[in-house]
Amino acid sequence: MYKILEKQVFSPIIKLMVIAAPRVAKKCQPGQFVILRTHEEGERIPLTIADFDRQKGTVTIVFQEVGKTTRQLGALEAGDCVRDFVGPLGTPSHIENFGTVVCVGGGVGVAPVFPIARAYKEAGNHVIGIMGARTKELMFWEDKMREACSELFVTTDDGSYVRKGFVTDVLQEVIEDRGKEQIALVLAIGPQPMMRACCNLTKEYGLKTIVSLNSLMVDGTGMCGCCRVTVSGQTKFVCVDGPEFDGHQVDFAELARRNAFFLAEEKLSAQRWEESRKSAGCGCGCRCGGGH
Amino acid sequence: MTEETKGQKKKIIPKKNPMPAQDPAERIKNFHEVALGYTEEAALAEAERCLQCKKAPCRQGCPVEVDIPAFIKLVAEKDFAGAIKKIKEKNALPAVCGRVCPQENQCEKYCTMGKKNEPVAIGRLERFCADWELAKGVLPQEVAPPTGFKVAVVGSGPGGLTCAADLAKLGHQVTIFEALHVPGGVLMYGIPEFRLPKRVVQAEIENLKKLGVKIEVNAVVGKFATIDELMEEEGFDAVYIGTGAGLPYFMNIPGENSCGVYSANEFLTRTNLMKAYLFPEWDTPIKIGRKVAVLGGGNVAMDAARTALRLGAEESWIVYRRSKNELPARHEEVEHAIEEGVKFAFLTSPTRILADENGQVKAMECLRYELGEPDASGRRSPVPIPGSEFTMEVDTVVVAIGQGPNPLVPRTTRGLEVTRKGNIVADPATGATSKPGVFAGGDVVTGAATVILAMGAGRVAAKSIHAYLMNKKEQA
Repeated sequence: MYKILEKQVFSPIIKLMVIAAPRVAKKCQPGQFVILRTHEEGERIPLTIADFDRQKGTVTIVFQEVGKTTRQLGALEAGDCVRDFVGPLGTPSHIENFGTVVCVGGGVGVAPVFPIARAYKEAGNHVIGIMGARTKELMFWEDKMREACSELFVTTDDGSYVRKGFVTDVLQEVIEDRGKEQIALVLAIGPQPMMRACCNLTKEYGLKTIVSLNSLMVDGTGMCGCCRVTVSGQTKFVCVDGPEFDGHQVDFAELARRNAFFLAEEKLSAQRWEESRKSAGCGCGCRCGGGH
Repeated sequence: MTEETKGQKKKIIPKKNPMPAQDPAERIKNFHEVALGYTEEAALAEAERCLQCKKAPCRQGCPVEVDIPAFIKLVAEKDFAGAIKKIKEKNALPAVCGRVCPQENQCEKYCTMGKKNEPVAIGRLERFCADWELAKGVLPQEVAPPTGFKVAVVGSGPGGLTCAADLAKLGHQVTIFEALHVPGGVLMYGIPEFRLPKRVVQAEIENLKKLGVKIEVNAVVGKFATIDELMEEEGFDAVYIGTGAGLPYFMNIPGENSCGVYSANEFLTRTNLMKAYLFPEWDTPIKIGRKVAVLGGGNVAMDAARTALRLGAEESWIVYRRSKNELPARHEEVEHAIEEGVKFAFLTSPTRILADENGQVKAMECLRYELGEPDASGRRSPVPIPGSEFTMEVDTVVVAIGQGPNPLVPRTTRGLEVTRKGNIVADPATGATSKPGVFAGGDVVTGAATVILAMGAGRVAAKSIHAYLMNKKEQA
C-alpha cells in the first residue's frame, strides 16, 4: 500500500497527489512514468511522473479524471492509500545542453513537461515554456513552470486567461519571432491531437520534436505489447522504448485507433462508477463511494 | 519379468485411473478448473499400480529428482502426510507441478509400467498429495539456523520460488523482487485459472513465506535498483535471476498493430492476472470477437484458444504452420482443447492481417505449408506452397509464437554476458553467470520452456549459491 500524503484539487477534474513511494522517488528521472492500481479489482494505469522528492521519498502525480480509474483515484483523499504503485518505468528524457529548447504543455500535459523543462534548464539550456489549457479553471502550475523555464507563454483556447489561442498558435509565433535556426529542439506533451498538431507545425520548419505518448498499457515492463506503436515504420513498445519518441516519426492515426479499442468498455465502467456514486457508499469504510 | 519386479505378484492394471474432469460442454462456459483431482480411492488404486522398481527409472525424468517410488509407496500406505513430506524434500511447488508438468515427457516417460501399459499417473498422485495437504493445512518445514547471508531472487516465477525455498531452508535470508503486483510470475499471469487455480499458486507462495522468504512486489529490478546496486548498496551477497521469457514475439507481418491483435502475453495477462473475465466487476477489460485465430502450437497457444472460448468466442482456431504431430503443446492440453471444440488449421500461417476502416481486424491472408526436411529442432520444417494463398475471416488474432528474454535486467547489469538473442549465459551445471555472485536459470537462460525445467534450474542454482556463500564464509 502506498499512502497519499497530500492532495490538491486544481479543478473538478484535475488533481494532484503526493504519494509515499521511496523506492520510486530514489531513482526516477524526468520523462519516466509509474503504473498504479487503486484497489484489488482495479486496472493498472500509467501516469507520467510530475515531480519527485528524493529526501522525502515522494512522487507527485497530476491526473485528469477521464475514466473510472482516474475518477476513483480522484475520490481518494490524503491519508488514503493506493494499492500498487510501481516504477520508475520507461526511458528517461534525454537531457543535455542543446541550446534553446521549447517545452509545450497542453492541458494536464503541463505536469510531465515541468520536470523535463527544469532538467533542460539545469543542463544549461534556454528554455522557452508554452502552456495552454481549454479554459482558465483547468490551468495549473503556472508558478512552477515560470520557475522551471527561462521564459513562459500562457494561453487558453477560449481566451478566459491571458490570451486566446492554441499552444500551436503560440509555438508558431515563437518560432517566427526567434527564427527556427535559434531553436534546437521542441518538446510537446498533452492530448494526442495537440501533440499531433505541434508535430505538423514543426515539421514545416524542420524542427525536431519530442512527444511523450500515452498508449494503453497493462504491465508497463515490455511484457505484453499492448502499448505498441509504429515509429519510423517500426513497432516500438511505448513502455520500454518510450514514452518519448521523435514526434515526426510517430504514426498518430494508428495510436489513436489503438487507444480507442476499449472505448465501449471504458464508458460502461465509468457509467457504473457514476451510478454507484449516486447510491449509498459501499459500507466498507473505504471511501470508494460504492465503487467496488 | 524384469529384475525390478521379480518376486512381486501384482495384478497388472493396464490403464491409469481416469482423472475426473468437468464436462466439456459445461466447462467452456466457466473458468473453473477442468481436471478435478483424484479421490482418495482413485489415488490408492493408482498408487497400487506402481511396481516399486528398485532402479526407479522415473526419477531420471524428473528435473527436480523427486523420490517418486518412495512417495507413491507412502500414498499406498495411506500415509499422505508422509507422502507430501517426501515430495517436498525435492519439490517446493507440488500442487503446481502435479497440474502443469508435461509428465508424458518426463517421469511417466520412463515408468516401467509404461513400457507395455499406461504408465503410473505420477503427476495425478503428486497433485493428490499436494491438494490433501492444502486442504488439511500445511505442515511446517524445517529451516536451518540463520547463516547471516542475504540473497536476492529476481522474479517470482517457478524458478525463483524454488530457488528461494531451497535457500531459505538452508538458513539464508531471501528476498524475492517481483515486477508485478502479485508474486507467481507465469503461474499467475500466464497459465489460466481453469488449468491452475490462482488460489493454489498463492497457497504455495504462503508456504514459502512460512520459511521466512520475504517478497517485495511492484519491484522492477533494473528500474528501481540495478543488480549492482542490490549487491553494493543493499547488502545482498548473491543474486538469482529468474526473470523468465517476458518479451512477446510478433510475426512481423503487415497489419499486426491492428485493433484486435493481441500478444498471447497481453491476452492471458488481461484474463488471468487482471481477471478481465470478471469485467465489469473487475476493471480491466478484454474484447473478444466472434472468430478468434491463435497463431502457434505450444501450451500458450492452447491456453489462449481455450480462454477465447470461455470469453465467448463462437469459434476459436489454432493456426499452426506444421502438422498435429509437431504440436509442441502438452498432450493433455491438446486433447482438452479438441474436446472443448477448438478448431485446428494445420500447415497454415498468415502473411498479412487485414483491417477495416476503423483499424479493426477483419481477416488474415494465409499461405498453406507442407513439411520438408527436419530443421535444427529435429522437427520437419514447414515449407510454403506457392500459389496457396487464401483468406481466413477472423476478428481477433492472438500471437502465441513464443517469447524472448525480457532485456531489462541484462541491459542494466554490469559484466553480465548475454547471447545474441539476449539470453543470459549461465553454466547449466551450476547456474553461474559471468558475474561473480550472480546466478541465473529458467527461461531467461534457456528461452521459453516449462515450469518444471525452470524449477530444476532454480534448484541447481540454489545449491551453487549455497556453496558460493559457504566458500565466501571460509575465506572471510
